[in-house]
Amino acid sequence: MKIRSLALAVSLAAIGITSTVSAPAAFAQAKEQFFPVLVYRTGAYAPNGNPWANGYVDYLKLVNAKGGINGVKISFEECEFGYATDRGVECYERLKGKGGGATVFQPLSTGVTFALTDKAPVDKIPLITAGYGRSESQDGSVFMWNYPLLGTYWVAADVAIQHIGKQAGGLDKLKGKKIALVYHDSPFGKEPIPLLQERAKMHGFELILLPVAHPGVEQKATWLQIRQSRPDNVLLWGWGVMNSTALKEAQATGYAREKMLGVWWAGAEPDVKDVGAGAKGYNALALQHSAEPESKVVKDVLAQLHAKGQGTGPKEEVGQVLYMRGLISAMLGVEGVRKAQERFGKGKVMTSEQVRWGLENLNLDQKTLDAMGFAGVMRPVATSCLDHMGASWVRIQTWDGGKWVPGNDWYQADDKLLRGMVLNASRKYAEEKKITPRTPEQCKM
Amino acid sequence: MIYRENGQFKTSYGADQQIFPIAQDRYLVLAIIAFAFAGVPFLADEYLFRAILIPFLILSLAALGVNLLVGYCGQITLGAGAFMAIGAYAAYNFLIRVPDMPLLGALLLGGLTSAGMGILFGIPSLRVRGLYLAVATLAAQFVADWAFLRVKWFTNDSSSGSVAVSDLQVFGLPVESPVEKYLFCLFLLVVFAVVAKNLTRAAIGRQWMAIRDMDVAAEVIGIRPMWAKLSAFAISSFFVGVAGALWGFVHLGSWEPAAFSVDRSFQLLFMVIIGGMGSIVGSFFGAAFIVILPICLSQFLPALGAVFGVTVSTTAASHAELIIFGALIVFFLIVEPHGLARLWVTAKEKLRLWPFPH
Repeated sequence: MKIRSLALAVSLAAIGITSTVSAPAAFAQAKEQFFPVLVYRTGAYAPNGNPWANGYVDYLKLVNAKGGINGVKISFEECEFGYATDRGVECYERLKGKGGGATVFQPLSTGVTFALTDKAPVDKIPLITAGYGRSESQDGSVFMWNYPLLGTYWVAADVAIQHIGKQAGGLDKLKGKKIALVYHDSPFGKEPIPLLQERAKMHGFELILLPVAHPGVEQKATWLQIRQSRPDNVLLWGWGVMNSTALKEAQATGYAREKMLGVWWAGAEPDVKDVGAGAKGYNALALQHSAEPESKVVKDVLAQLHAKGQGTGPKEEVGQVLYMRGLISAMLGVEGVRKAQERFGKGKVMTSEQVRWGLENLNLDQKTLDAMGFAGVMRPVATSCLDHMGASWVRIQTWDGGKWVPGNDWYQADDKLLRGMVLNASRKYAEEKKITPRTPEQCKM
Repeated sequence: MIYRENGQFKTSYGADQQIFPIAQDRYLVLAIIAFAFAGVPFLADEYLFRAILIPFLILSLAALGVNLLVGYCGQITLGAGAFMAIGAYAAYNFLIRVPDMPLLGALLLGGLTSAGMGILFGIPSLRVRGLYLAVATLAAQFVADWAFLRVKWFTNDSSSGSVAVSDLQVFGLPVESPVEKYLFCLFLLVVFAVVAKNLTRAAIGRQWMAIRDMDVAAEVIGIRPMWAKLSAFAISSFFVGVAGALWGFVHLGSWEPAAFSVDRSFQLLFMVIIGGMGSIVGSFFGAAFIVILPICLSQFLPALGAVFGVTVSTTAASHAELIIFGALIVFFLIVEPHGLARLWVTAKEKLRLWPFPH
């Protein structure tokens, strides 16, 4: 009896405190640019979600340490969603109105991106999905609020085939070859399939599709199929623990790691660390950057944050592949704000609609990037109404058993092929959703 | 003192057999429903609607369906997530493939499809029972997962396997804004809850309970086990299917099979066990416990830290959330194995004697 009333009292008190405490906190900072941060630091994908989130937050802190965006300080709040779509949507709803309104969302989950794509136009908050998300959202005339900056999965798939073709001595040599796609069985893993099928038709190679169920620790059957069908190349489209499992299975099956090519989400330290020397020779796409411990921006982070004990996460992680991806993602958001300030007033807090304009007119040339400390890390990015991607540069990196080594060749997606597919898909989407694509005149607004 | 039925005389069978024979209960429930319809839309903000109230309403409906099967008919199921998925995808296909299909029609047809599949997967219940049945119904989960991931037709050949709906409307009224969605879900939930309550009070519900308590004895007194069990599967799956369709259409807007994974099945079963098996109100308590508590905890812990001047990291907060949530489940199951609904009943009994308990 006593316990029961105690329980009742505790839970009532908990509800009471939650409602009273959380309400004022939301309105505390009004003159700051609020960046919501959706993270997954727990759950099956935490090893990969953590470095990304640390890089993202560190860059925001770095901007503040350097005096903010033309003097406007950044505030941010993390929300943990564990890579679950419904919790991600809850986080979005929780953060979108805080701190004077969210600037931009970067969910780092294709599933959440799909769910938010319908909500973003209603709430008028842009989504940056650097290196993931819907491939057709490159078409900004239909997807006004989506920004798959730097690359989509169709770019990744296209470059992967180009690279395999180049190694074989020309794309025409692909005829009759077998290429297997080992993919995470979710929208993320399925995204590249249409483009690969298109390429398979063009060059006459056989595409073998091998799905792996979430979270990807059970791949014995998949690799048995690979042993039987002996594909010439394996494309690995995994995330989280699926990648290291695949590499271990490849080692156990005796499939040459040199013939495996991972997407840029399957090419980071957590994926290969546990396999170590066993993954030697494994290649992965690099979304422009690889591990960049020598870059200036990394040194800045170490000097201005970690040296003062203000860094996020372990110091060793700074400069790793996914850390860099988070850092660059944050940088793109911040630069969107900076661009918006050029038009709507320097030193002011930008609304999410103004930031959207900034992202659509982003123009980061090499000089600007070098000045910000991204020399050797990134190439120029320039977006427009019709192209929300801005760049499609990709490198290939190789794991040498101890670290990622970026290759010297830069690839770019075949624009002709990509453009056609993007337009087809985006027109279909516009028809389904009854969206009228923006005309060039509307784009200028 | 306030909660007594003294002076309330029942002069007809109708008055004696109504759902809430005590006037205070009746007024309380009516007041809650009236408040939910007329008061909440003015009080709640968008976050509360979208992140808490709408998921709570929809999962309450699903829990209600599971409770009919598990709580009233005694057939343990682990396939509830699958029936939600079937409801959602069936409704989606009806909506896009049949010209001029109204939303409500699509939802109900989705529920009916789910009911059909429920009968199919309920057939093993005629032979196996208890934990073995739970394993058999798990098959539904795997079949659904497989079908909606692999069979392209179900997802309208969407390249990513994710489907989406938009422009929802019922009888010309849009279901777009959070308030509209909330009212739509609330309306359906109230209708279905009344149906469920009446089913459990009618002959069919009594048959289910007889089967649950002792199926051999039930058969001896003339109850057909096949009819009783399969009808429970069908009606439960119908409820769950409609809830699944709402989850996809109204709550998520665009979804993939992972939204109805085996985790969802477990979640629904836990709602019923924690809320109270064989209790309509227990379904609501269970859904509230499972849906709202984790979100409250994840907001409460950092806020509590702020009060004491400690910054609780996101990682620590989310680990603590899982630990506290787990501990609370164990706590409630120890204190009240019959679920939260039982606490409610106990509270009412105490209230009758208050303030002079003897």
